[in-house]
Amino acid sequence: MDSFTQRRRRDLILAAALAAIAACVPLFVKDVYVQNIMVLTLMYAALSQAWNILGGYCGQISLGHALYFGLGAYTTALLFTKFGVLPWFGMLGGGIISALIALALGYPTFRLRGHYFVIATIVIAEIGFLLFHNWDYAGAALGIDIPVRGDSWAKFQFTRSKLPFYYFALVFCCVAWFITWWLEDSKWGFWWRAVKDNPDAAESLGVVVFNSKMGAAAVSAFLTAIGGAFYAQFVSYIDPESVMTFQFSLLMALPAVLGGIGTLWGPVLGAVILIPMTELTRSFIGGSGRGVDLILYGAVIVVISLARPDGLIGLFSRRPASKGVPQ
Amino acid sequence: MLSVREATTAYQGLVAISDVTIDVAKGEIVAVCGSNGAGKSTLIKTIAGAERPRSGTVTFDGEQINGVPQHLITARGIAYVPENRRLFPRLSVEDNLRLGSYMYRGKPDRDEPLKLVFDLFPRLSERLEQRAETLSGGEQQMLAISRALMTRPRLLMLDEPSQGIMPKLVDEIFQAVIKIRDAGMTVLIVEQRMAEVLEIADRAYILQTGRVQMQGKASEIATNPDVRKAYLGL
Repeated sequence: MDSFTQRRRRDLILAAALAAIAACVPLFVKDVYVQNIMVLTLMYAALSQAWNILGGYCGQISLGHALYFGLGAYTTALLFTKFGVLPWFGMLGGGIISALIALALGYPTFRLRGHYFVIATIVIAEIGFLLFHNWDYAGAALGIDIPVRGDSWAKFQFTRSKLPFYYFALVFCCVAWFITWWLEDSKWGFWWRAVKDNPDAAESLGVVVFNSKMGAAAVSAFLTAIGGAFYAQFVSYIDPESVMTFQFSLLMALPAVLGGIGTLWGPVLGAVILIPMTELTRSFIGGSGRGVDLILYGAVIVVISLARPDGLIGLFSRRPASKGVPQ
Repeated sequence: MLSVREATTAYQGLVAISDVTIDVAKGEIVAVCGSNGAGKSTLIKTIAGAERPRSGTVTFDGEQINGVPQHLITARGIAYVPENRRLFPRLSVEDNLRLGSYMYRGKPDRDEPLKLVFDLFPRLSERLEQRAETLSGGEQQMLAISRALMTRPRLLMLDEPSQGIMPKLVDEIFQAVIKIRDAGMTVLIVEQRMAEVLEIADRAYILQTGRVQMQGKASEIATNPDVRKAYLGL
């Protein structure tokens, strides 16, 4: 069992090295537009990592994570604008609310299997979107403008520079990665993979399938809401269209699928490829080309699922397990 | 150790076993035989908690366990290897084994059961990195048994361990069952291949259409003329 421990240590060292490089990048890249893309890339890497816990490790494909993202964004924005609560507490509150809602929704939906579960997540997120769209207290369709109170870490507002957001996103990404790394070797990580691979066999070994799914959903939703809260501070204006649409659910799932679903490095690799590509196509083709990025996702997914169902990470795989499969 | 009293289990009204009473004492190998559809698998699932009996009781170490959730039954020391092995095909052999050691509560103790597993099936130790789906049928069965052993059970239940396996490996698996018993465990084995299983079992029950038709010492059942005629084709 040494190779496994060695691999985990190597992953940890690689992550530390990559984080250190990422921390130095802003010293050389001063362009605000590029910095913006880097912030989004890190954010989606972290969000996809969060999605991967439920969708990748536990095998419960959710296409409704925009709900938790939106809840995080709205909780932070509402608490700040209505009650003057600092965004840090809003972030934590949003995470807890999202985790609780994930548990409440998981209670009925985790009894569904396969495609029915996926459809349920889409529908529930859509209901959330409509509720916020019509909820006057939360600004309904107009959304919430987060008032500028001057640059400070306490209020988590920075108007002059994107760098504080960049470093927060980097830390968020590292934390999400580290949590995944840690869970991967915990009994929860094993339960999740068991539930994904063969729920009946898992039950015969004494794994409580339902509880395992609930645990994965709570962790995943909590982290996703942190991302939503961060995003609200980053763009300083939110409405249902900008934080709760189906596109966010897709953007959280796709990097993991592209990079390698249910793998430690898949979400990061996928986000590093997909998010800059999305942003660049958007700005080159402009406002009128809305949808070209979506066509691109579609094409990427088709190619990946045909050529590399394990994701791009399969190209770097050192494990003999993935090759030489007979039949 | 284990006692099933007049258990009746039904699937949507269809009775699979009715009034089945069996006993397993500590340190025994007990075989449950019978043809297809006799209710053998249902009996083992009823004990494991995967199915609930409509009436009757299952007691383990003097405590009633029918109605107890499946994961808590595992925690009490009953391991169950389902029919058709039910491995985690895309996980490595090592991960499959590790999964066995993550019980619902408590810290996993891997070293001791792992030693037994490698002792029983040395070939598994050479294939730790391989995905479970790349193993041969016999090796998969060995892995399924090993994974159950990782839960450190006191009672091991096997459902048709010989299914879909070449004869040479069947023998190896039955020899392993004897070693498992010698290591201090009790084994309940459900098997269609009566001639072979009666050679290793201490006692046996024969089920027919959901009822216990015959019971006794394995050696006596194996020599019973009616059994030889009906089941062994002699």
